[in-house]
Amino acid sequence: MLKSAGPRTTAVRLWRAMALLLLLLLAAAFVALWAGGRTLDFAALRSDPFARTLFFRLRLPRVFMAALIGASLAVAGAALQALFRNPLAEPATLGVSGGGAVGASIAIALGWGSQISGVPLVFVAGFCGAMVAVLLVHRIARSGALLLPGALLLAGVVVNLIASAAVLAIQYTTDSSRALEILRWIIGSLEVIGFGTVWRMLVVLAPCWIALLAFSRELHLLAMGEDTAGALGVHVERTETVVHVLCSVLVGVTVAVGGAIGFVGLIVPHAVRMLFGEDLRIVLPGSLLAGAAFLIAADVVARTAFAPVELPVGSVTALIGGPFFLWLLHRRQRYSAL
Amino acid sequence: MTTLLEAQAAEFAYPGGPPVICGISLGAARGKLSALIGSNGCGKSTLIRLFAGLLAPTGGEIRFDGTPLRSIPRRQAAQRIAYVPQATSLVFPFTVLEVVLTGRSPYTPRFRFEDGRDRERAMEALSTVDAAHLAARPVTELSGGERQMVSMARALAQEPQCLLLDEPSAALDLKHRAALIRTLAGLRDSRGLTALVVTHDLHLIDPVFDHVFALRAGALRAQGRPDEVLTDAVLGDVYDDPHVRTRRVEGRTLIWSN
Repeated sequence: MLKSAGPRTTAVRLWRAMALLLLLLLAAAFVALWAGGRTLDFAALRSDPFARTLFFRLRLPRVFMAALIGASLAVAGAALQALFRNPLAEPATLGVSGGGAVGASIAIALGWGSQISGVPLVFVAGFCGAMVAVLLVHRIARSGALLLPGALLLAGVVVNLIASAAVLAIQYTTDSSRALEILRWIIGSLEVIGFGTVWRMLVVLAPCWIALLAFSRELHLLAMGEDTAGALGVHVERTETVVHVLCSVLVGVTVAVGGAIGFVGLIVPHAVRMLFGEDLRIVLPGSLLAGAAFLIAADVVARTAFAPVELPVGSVTALIGGPFFLWLLHRRQRYSAL
Repeated sequence: MTTLLEAQAAEFAYPGGPPVICGISLGAARGKLSALIGSNGCGKSTLIRLFAGLLAPTGGEIRFDGTPLRSIPRRQAAQRIAYVPQATSLVFPFTVLEVVLTGRSPYTPRFRFEDGRDRERAMEALSTVDAAHLAARPVTELSGGERQMVSMARALAQEPQCLLLDEPSAALDLKHRAALIRTLAGLRDSRGLTALVVTHDLHLIDPVFDHVFALRAGALRAQGRPDEVLTDAVLGDVYDDPHVRTRRVEGRTLIWSN
């Protein structure tokens, strides 16, 4: 079995996982670039200027966008699960996505169309909303020096419910075109033209990925308990704060740009765990690659399943992720403290 | 007899709460087994968490080998002091070997994984607590007692000079309780291990332990050899129970409450 802690060293298991997942990512990217309303092959790219424009201005940036968002959500999910020692933790269940939706909805309802150095105000508002939700949930779940994982999950769910109600109220009171715009934003989309947004996101996201991976040892130890990690030399509170901030930025940015794409942060880390074992030093980088591959693949399904009608990618991930979440709850004997 | 890990007039209170530890001065003697006893909620676990560096005293000081604990970098402290918490509820199905290998992390540089030697040490630690056969099992499938042994093995893999145990025998059956105490005594005799053990198993203390500290309401009420502390008068005071009776039989102290 792949996940046994047998004689293979952790380093060998890490490199094997990376090689396999990189292949998976490349395969997903290849299919995504080829498939769509119009399939593209090399001959078409060489001879047809329209095909080239389609490829470089729409399809390639979209694959990059899916990869960035998928990787960020999955790695943040893996880190949050370890940080809170809760296999059901993920960006959406922690209230981050709900907060982002409220922020963006307010911006859309008030008609904030301007940009701050190339970044639309709606993105900025979405990001700020996500941060407020994170702080709120974290504050509620922390009692003295202890972070209570059960309280955290409940607080996250309740913050999400409040956020949904707030978004509904905003939609109801604003005019119909803006209400529709809010709905489109909430559903989430990977539509992008050109590489401008992709590069801007990468500048913020990539340093967060690297910083988070640098904390994989601390997260591996924290997954075994706060006291155990502390006794093994981890600065628990500092690690919790830094990881929480990094995850919040990752999720805040992806929610602001791509909308609330649920369940990627939940199912991808679990799939990586099932394949390659529980070691966070493998699960974190593994989730980064697998998350990118998963969202690229989900976007291919969204674009092609009912072509020419395009499904929102968030509904595809939720249709796969929702049943997976329930299955995970059903076999919770695998996890002892749910 | 020198002390390795020492509390000097240590005080502790949670923010906004009443004092839990009220100016305690005591030290775990080098190469000796010391027991920490007292009624529920008297501050034993808080005191041992202060010793482990997991809590910072709000007054006084904790010293390791004469140096203030707070001035020793965390990872260096983890190479010297290991702590086994009271209950370990592991959520994720890590294998036992993965858990025990984390005991080597204070010695492993960042971005490096444990090497073959670390694995050997981890397996040795598992053998010491008679749990080598569990190495490939997920910890979530183990019984409470088996998990306790795995926590102990993880602490031993740290190769500490000082071991802090918070009710290590709580989830263990009769046989494994005795085995745990034998293991501790063996490590003391063979490697000069210093240990401070919070325990409610009073009958296991005498004659194996060298020293006993008795706490009541966050203060030290009595200390000394087991036969000096485990008496009707001291235990009656510490547990606030006038019905406690003790009797020495065949070199051990038997304790019960009527």
